[in-house]
Amino acid sequence: MIYRETGQFKANYQDDQALFPIDQDRYVIFGILFITFAVVPYLLNQYWLNAILLPFLIYSLAALGLNILTGYCGQLSLGTGAFMAVGAFSVYKLMVAFPELGFIPLVLLSGLITAAVGTLFGLPSLRIKGFYLAVATLAAQFFLIWLFNKVGWFFNYSASGMINAPPMTIFGVIVTGPEANDVAKYYLVATFVAVFALAAKNIARGRIGRNWMAIRDMDIAAELIGVRPLIAKLTAFAVSSFYVGMAGALYFAVWLGSAEPTEAFDINQSFLVLFMIIIGGLGSVLGSFLGAAFLVILPIMLKNILVDGFGTDSALSAHIEIITVGVLIIGFLIVEPHGLARLWRIAKEKLRLWPFPY
Amino acid sequence: MNERAIGAEILKVENISLSFGVMKVLDNISFDIRQGEIRSIIGPNGAGKSSMLNVINGFYHPQQGSITFKGETRKQMAPHVAASHGIARTFQNIALFKGMSTLDNIMTGRNLKMKTNLFWQALHIGPARTEELENREAAEKIIDFLDIQAIRKKPVGKLPYGLQKRVELGRALAAEPELLLLDEPMAGMNSEEKEDMCRFVLDVNSEFGTTIALIEHDMGVVMDLSDRVLVLDYGKQLADGEPDEVRNNQTVIDAYLGVPHEQE
Repeated sequence: MIYRETGQFKANYQDDQALFPIDQDRYVIFGILFITFAVVPYLLNQYWLNAILLPFLIYSLAALGLNILTGYCGQLSLGTGAFMAVGAFSVYKLMVAFPELGFIPLVLLSGLITAAVGTLFGLPSLRIKGFYLAVATLAAQFFLIWLFNKVGWFFNYSASGMINAPPMTIFGVIVTGPEANDVAKYYLVATFVAVFALAAKNIARGRIGRNWMAIRDMDIAAELIGVRPLIAKLTAFAVSSFYVGMAGALYFAVWLGSAEPTEAFDINQSFLVLFMIIIGGLGSVLGSFLGAAFLVILPIMLKNILVDGFGTDSALSAHIEIITVGVLIIGFLIVEPHGLARLWRIAKEKLRLWPFPY
Repeated sequence: MNERAIGAEILKVENISLSFGVMKVLDNISFDIRQGEIRSIIGPNGAGKSSMLNVINGFYHPQQGSITFKGETRKQMAPHVAASHGIARTFQNIALFKGMSTLDNIMTGRNLKMKTNLFWQALHIGPARTEELENREAAEKIIDFLDIQAIRKKPVGKLPYGLQKRVELGRALAAEPELLLLDEPMAGMNSEEKEDMCRFVLDVNSEFGTTIALIEHDMGVVMDLSDRVLVLDYGKQLADGEPDEVRNNQTVIDAYLGVPHEQE
């Protein structure tokens, strides 16, 4: 009843091509942005901001990056953890070497470095596809993590092999390191995510996004209408790695504060982000967020409810949490193999017609 | 239809031979296609018709022979080069981008007309926006022409077969090709859909002046539409000429048209 496009006429292509052509969608997005930036930081305590929303936002950014590569361009990658590590180590080296540049430019710069590395590891995609490519990206995962462990230059020869984020400020507020301000960290990450989610949406609906999807759906036909597979696949690798690299940089510098490559960026990270986009929805910006929410927020919520609510023993609750999340994953994938984003789209279609069945 | 002018040759294929291992798919084929004509290629299954189209738009690289397109002679070319020189095609088995809407499929057909870089596209302002709107208008013209307004925003994977074929034609037309290669555009259609498709092919040819190379099994369609017909059989060139000539050619009759031999 409320969600209806009746009476919303588009008189020109410009309106029809708007990001959210239906008014209600636009209201919802503005509402979410308003809540994110104006309500949440004043309503929620430090625990919520730091332990729940920060990782959710950072993983959303990483999932967005992987979704560009796997969801839009159809290139399966298992190297996300390693590319996050590239972002983290780049930002670490840059923060130590050029602190005067400011934190935001350094994050963007480490994204660019990751983009270069990602493009390099994307080269095999020109010859191999699907599962075989996934195995090739596994090489990136193991090689890069090994490199960050072995070569002392990357962690400035610290005895533990760990990297620690030095404190850096934006407008005089500390955003990295142990003394960082929680609200400032949240604002910083939320801004990054909002800006780059918008950029991803724009790229996806333009020529480059269409070329990616063309390569994904039918690469031969795409080639014969003039899409160059080399350029399309490598831009997808570059843009995807740019996002993943920024996510890695924020993950290390803003959220963790210190990191050790084998623990923070191992293959489980790659799988986690991959599961996020599979559950959330491949080829959907919204899906990246839903998937990240599902795999980051849900386990924490479950744990809180079990331990605090029912007084369950924490080891037992950890097991219940794993079981529940696993069952839910299977359940959602049976109901809708195309992910939560598709479920949402179906719900919207139904809403548009409600109360009539068709 | 009357003002159709058949011009000079736009494409000339000379002594093309293509083989995969020991299998000879095309054996010393030579023919030409003239500006503005509808040129059919016929032959039994496995005759090498689709391979011939694949050679023309650069997907297969022949071992011998040369292709002259618009005065430029090449031994082989990459598919995207063929596309940027104005060769577009449709496929025997529909090769649409199934996850995308009709509109996006047709817009992808225009990708070579669009130039703005990643930066502008990410912001979606200025040149990227203007370009997108201009091309949307061009895409809408094709949507009108093919009468598929109603399915503009539908994902093509869910459309019925006949409409998918039409969208695929639309995607090829979106590139504004000079030479359009149609690989069995009417396969698997009922007679009504066939008539529609024939009308579109004729309209494309007369309204846009597009040169068309057509592969088709329906002899009625081929004989009615084509200006000239090339007949292939097992990679060999059997005959080449106007429909009537080909129809009465004894080798063609033996190999393909299947009229009983005894009538002589």
